Amino acid sequence: MAFISSGYNPDKPMENRITDIGPRHFGDFLPPVIKKNKGKWAYHEILEPGILLHVADSGDKVYTVRVGAARLMSISHIREICDIADKFCGGHLRFTTRNNVEFMVGTEDEAKALKKELNGRKFAGGSHKFPVGGTGAGVTNIVHTQGWVHCHTPATDASGTVKATMDAVFDEFVNMRLPAPVRIAMACCLNMCGAVHCSDIAILGIHRKPPIIDHEHLDNMCEVPLAVAACPTGAIRPTKTDFQGKQVATVAIKQERCMFCGNCYTMCPSLPLSDKEGDGIAIMVGGKISNRITRPAFSKVVVPFIPNEPPRWPSMTKVIKKILDAYSKDARKYERLGDWANRIGWERFFEKCGLEFSHHLIDDFRDPAYYTWRQTTQFKF
Amino acid sequence: MAKHKTPLLDQLESGPWPSFVSDIKQECASRAKNAKGVDYQVPADCPDDLLGVLEMSYVDGETHWKHGGIVGVFGYGGGVIGRYCDQPEMFPGVAHFHTVRVNQPSGLYYTTEFLRQICDLWELRGSGLTNMHGSTGDIVLLGTTTPQLEEIFFDLTHKMNTDLGGSGSNLRTPSCCLGQSRCEFACIDTQQLCHDLTNTYQDELHRPAFPYKFKFKVDGCPNGCVAAIARSDFSIIGTWRDEIRIDQKAVAAYVGGEIKPNAGAHAGRDWGKFDIQKEVVDRCPTGCMKFEGGKLEINNKECVRCMHCINAMPRALRIGNDRGASILCGAKAPILDGPQMSSLLVPFIKAEEPYDEIKEIVENLWDWWMEEGKNRERLGETMKRLSFQKLLEVTNQKADARHVREPRHNPYIFWKEEEVKGGWQRDIADYRKKHQK
Ligand code: SF4
Ligand code: SF4
Ligand code: SF4
Ligand code: SF4
Repeated sequence: MAFISSGYNPDKPMENRITDIGPRHFGDFLPPVIKKNKGKWAYHEILEPGILLHVADSGDKVYTVRVGAARLMSISHIREICDIADKFCGGHLRFTTRNNVEFMVGTEDEAKALKKELNGRKFAGGSHKFPVGGTGAGVTNIVHTQGWVHCHTPATDASGTVKATMDAVFDEFVNMRLPAPVRIAMACCLNMCGAVHCSDIAILGIHRKPPIIDHEHLDNMCEVPLAVAACPTGAIRPTKTDFQGKQVATVAIKQERCMFCGNCYTMCPSLPLSDKEGDGIAIMVGGKISNRITRPAFSKVVVPFIPNEPPRWPSMTKVIKKILDAYSKDARKYERLGDWANRIGWERFFEKCGLEFSHHLIDDFRDPAYYTWRQTTQFKF
Repeated sequence: MAKHKTPLLDQLESGPWPSFVSDIKQECASRAKNAKGVDYQVPADCPDDLLGVLEMSYVDGETHWKHGGIVGVFGYGGGVIGRYCDQPEMFPGVAHFHTVRVNQPSGLYYTTEFLRQICDLWELRGSGLTNMHGSTGDIVLLGTTTPQLEEIFFDLTHKMNTDLGGSGSNLRTPSCCLGQSRCEFACIDTQQLCHDLTNTYQDELHRPAFPYKFKFKVDGCPNGCVAAIARSDFSIIGTWRDEIRIDQKAVAAYVGGEIKPNAGAHAGRDWGKFDIQKEVVDRCPTGCMKFEGGKLEINNKECVRCMHCINAMPRALRIGNDRGASILCGAKAPILDGPQMSSLLVPFIKAEEPYDEIKEIVENLWDWWMEEGKNRERLGETMKRLSFQKLLEVTNQKADARHVREPRHNPYIFWKEEEVKGGWQRDIADYRKKHQK
């Protein structure tokens, strides 16, 4: 390999340097029909799963074909997306905030032909490249985080759990037969860099063993006060210990105070906590973001732990399917998963979903916990 | 021939959903073949090694990535995340595997010309693997080495006229829903507002000076497609304050079954004939609708703009004309003290260029948070620690019943001295004149 210079001169980093220009203006990228009718759209309609029609006040129409995609995407795949957009969409396309791809065309016939074409393209391993769907009252693509592909704190993988889940609920991606949309999100540690705390169903990686203390290296690798300050429960304190006959500065951890957030590890690499047996998945449900009918709501923990079972996490997908099926059968039209659980009562929710309630599911973390306990004699037998 | 055996990952190639494993393998094959004769600037087989180290995690049940080191481009404190593999001898291709965040265009529209430039750049100088897009919204370019960083930045800024996104304790890359570009519900131009904020605050985005991260998200309406209320420290959500526009002819068409209700969103199940009374009027959370004599009436004064009726009958009901935004602040994921959603700070504000009123609030907030916020404390936590009253004070907002879900449950009010007639300074001798010991 020969180093290929971009033109950057390391001896004079400021020479011709361009900084702080920000992203490209979106106006450079809008398809002509979008640019022309921006702010003047009259209505939309989902013609069939994955095909949207938007009609402007001017009478102009745009047909959008939405396809699912893995968020982890190769440039070979992006180039294939570009080839399709060049062939059918005048060289324009967009992504959705939930990792779907949208191809926009001018007529219904083109949209239907494109849907067929897209559904026909498969990877060598047999999976769809561009499954059409993700619209209306169904399950759309999962937003997620990095997992074992690229992060230092995950308690599970993200891409794998998402693939396993979407395979299990694929029928709901290509249909619109649920009582309301179901938004699934995945985060691989409590940090939730992809905040999943307001999702209908959240898949969350959790640790269950306190950090291991690397006494030998801690003082060199970490700022002890930062590690101490990082712990939200005050479980960490500075201390000295004997290491191979030498006094070393290190920390001590009150293990029973640990709630396994991994915050200390983020501040101090000498406090790793990943563990094959300790790590796994919690399932949270009933959150939402939209203000439709009811207020936005937080997701609630309904399954405290499911072991990691790579590559397909069968126990996890079984639980998700059970919840989704019970909801689909029992909820009223327009009721989001959490609205349904609130109406029937959470005691019924566990019964109808066939889930076990355990002490882990009663909040005991700080003040707000009290208000999640039951302060009424209204409950169901 | 695959470099590493990956029997576990191979099981993720079957099933209908797009397989990231198949996709990475296709990139491995493309780089091995190298049809265009690219002089790869990072190990050509790094996608193979990524599969290798991932398979190892699937066997071990533990990650094999170390903490990010401090790497970046000159003059920026964010935009690049250092990443190193903890088994570099076995997987040299990913020994150094840094992430580059590229600021996405608002609304995520692209031309293929631009995307192909990204692909060419990432073929030459990176792993050929990306995230489209990261959780915050950036184009995430996954996997390169330190010597390539300045070259990538030079190419992005000089050849593609684009810039890096944020990371660390700074402004994170703002994001928005597609807004007016293709949504009839958009009350504001989310894309322009997002673009403007991003460009106005380039310094805050590239040079960490905050206690912790800070996110802007802009939703065009209360449907909340980018989750502003749950995921941003500063949530801007489009709304209106006049009347929902009603087209009674279209209402009749919905009732008569000539127009598909819910824009077709529920068409996959037989829910029976559309019943405007049951499905719309009775579902309105404030009970402010009436359907009588074939006419739909809305008592707009009582409407809370939940969007239900408009979502259900988009051809008959349209957002009002006096449009602007609500501003809410303080959302964050559960770390550390539990999850928080944003709290309403400004019920209504006009969102028109150059957005000076919005920026004034932003800057007042930042001044306060940078002064008072503790290390790694999100705005929402500072708010909680120092009170909503303080937030009102620093942003020059007047307390309003809309700020609370309900008034306080305790009478422990921190009265200020100037609020109490006669002040707080009293003389015990005066008191004793009236009250014996
Ligand atoms: S959720 Fe946690 S483990 Fe997963 S990518 Fe984010 S910080 Fe890393
Ligand atoms: S994992 Fe969290 S709770 Fe446990 S010691 Fe570390 S910082 Fe404290
Ligand atoms: S948030 Fe509202 S305006 Fe924005 S895309 Fe969603 S429905 Fe449309
Ligand atoms: S927007 Fe919501 S609150 Fe307002 S009239 Fe419609 S259903 Fe009722």
